[in-house]
Parts: sequence; structure tokens; C-alpha cells
Amino acid sequence: MLPSATEDGQFKGPSINEFFPEAILFAGSPFEINRIMLIRFLAVAVLLLVFWLGTRRMQVIPTRFQSIVELGLNFARVNIAEDILGKKDGKRFLPLITTIFFMVLFLNITGPLPFLNIAGTSVIGVPLVLAVIAYVAFIYAGVKKNPGNFFRNALFPPGVPPFLYIIVTPIEFISTFLVRPVTLTLRLLMNMIVGHLLLVLFFSATQFFFFTADGGFKLFGAGTLVFGFAFTLFEVLIALLQAYIFALLTAVYIQLALAEEH
Amino acid sequence: MDATSVLAAINGNIATVGYGLAAIGPAIGVGIVVGKTIEGVARQPELAGQLQVLMYIGIAFTEALAFIGIATYFIFV
Repeated sequence: MLPSATEDGQFKGPSINEFFPEAILFAGSPFEINRIMLIRFLAVAVLLLVFWLGTRRMQVIPTRFQSIVELGLNFARVNIAEDILGKKDGKRFLPLITTIFFMVLFLNITGPLPFLNIAGTSVIGVPLVLAVIAYVAFIYAGVKKNPGNFFRNALFPPGVPPFLYIIVTPIEFISTFLVRPVTLTLRLLMNMIVGHLLLVLFFSATQFFFFTADGGFKLFGAGTLVFGFAFTLFEVLIALLQAYIFALLTAVYIQLALAEEH
Repeated sequence: MDATSVLAAINGNIATVGYGLAAIGPAIGVGIVVGKTIEGVARQPELAGQLQVLMYIGIAFTEALAFIGIATYFIFV
């Protein structure tokens, strides 16, 4: 717990250093383990456990736990994969989309959870790797669908007068091959960073108002406390929404690569 | 008092103001996307599911600008 006030009684807000806690194991080596890494391991272990338990003894009439797991899997299948890609292609890319959805969800949800309090996706590693996987997936889908034509169709969209390609091609290149992976990474990463900073700000401000500030300022503490709880709930919503958005956009990019005219 | 003396100073980082500016556009954009979706659902309630998916895609593209706005502070400072 960081102190919320400096020696001279000024409020000290959270900084980006929140996301670089001290190393616990292997300090200085590339395999450095810190608090966030441990939380990632924990989230992945819970993810594996949930699906192992949920699909271990599957019955036609599902038990309560199995039906919850089925609800989640069904959401990824019907509402993301089949909705965007259709039945046939949806089935091909279902493992990828389901994996992305549940991995992002379980790593995000550690953000608002008490005692863990930081999302596994709030350091660039996980969002970057997932964005690169999505990037490779949609290029693979396009190249497989029409080999040789994918890059030509992506960079030189048909139906455009040839002299306009001077303008259109750089724009298409930047928006398809540079902006897509960057925004996939940043959207998830920044949502998690900002969410964590907001929660730290609210709760450390509460501590500051209650224990350091004097007089009428103590009243503000009640307000920040209430907002802290409200934003914790909001962060749960954001965690779900970002998992959905990440999987949805992966599906949309694959769909755009598979579409006939592109 | 000569003309160049500092009369008032504020501490902090100008990037905060920059992020405030960067948030205006996406805020308007997300507002339009959601508002139009509500209009669409009010006209055609049976399309609510499809429109919602499109709304989320639209929001995701629009709000990316705001998140690039936050990221620039960490990249350039």
C-alpha cells in the first residue's frame, strides 16, 4: 500500500509506476516474476480449472456448473463467431476466437477483484501478443482464401480510378496493416491502465481525505468512497466489454479479409 | 515590473490538457453512434441485436482515438 500523502501533507496521485512492481523472483533476468506475472499465472490456472471442471463429465442434462460454462462457450460461438463469420467460417475460426475471448476476460477480471486489484492485461505483453495473433490470423485467412490476390485487393481496392491509387494505397496500407494491430493493443491496454488508475485514485483519495485532510474536507472522503465502489462495478462491465470487443474485432477483421471483393 | 516577469505559474503536465482535447472528438463520435443506434432500435425493434453488434464495433473504432490520446503521453514524455 503506497502512502496517499507526501511528508508535507500534499495529495499524491497514482502514477505509471503502479504497473511495474518490484520483482519477486529472478530479478534482472528476462524471466523476472513480479506481482502482475503471478496474477497472470493465477488467472490462467483458474481459466484452465474452470474449463476442466466444466467439461470433465458432460451430461445431456447439464449440471448447474456445466450450464454456466456452456453459456459462456455458446456466447462466443453464436454471438461472436457465427454472427460475424457465418456458420462455415465461424466454425473454422471458433477455437481462435473462443481462446481470445476467454483469455482476455479472465486476465481482465482480475482488475476489479479485491486483493488482486490489477488486470493481467494492464502491461503491454498480453495485449500485444493477442493483437499479433489476430493480425497473423486475418492475413492468413485472406491469403488462404485468395492466394496472391489478398494483398492486391487490400492495397488496390477495385473500382477506384487508377490515378487515385497514389492517395488510396498509402491510406489502405496504414489503416489495414498498421492501425489495426496498434489499436487492438492500445484499446485493451489503455482501458485496463486507465481503469486501474481511476480506482487507485478514488481509494487513495478516500484515505487521504479521511486520515490526512482536515475539517470539512473529510466529507469529500465519503463521496470518493462511493464513487470508488461504483467504478469497481463499472470496471467489471469494462472487463467483459473489452473481452467481447477484442474477440468481435478479430472476427470482423477475419471477415473483411474473407469477403469476396476485398 | 518588467513585461517578462512571471505573475502566475501552474505546475503539472501539459499532456493533461492534451488528453482533454483528444477526448472531445471520440466523445462526440461515441454519442452519435449510440444515439443513432437508439433511434434505429426505436424504429425497428426487431433489429436490436444486429444494431447492437454494429454499435459496439463503431464504438470500438471511435474510442480508439481517445486511447491513442492517452498513450501519446506515455510515449512522448
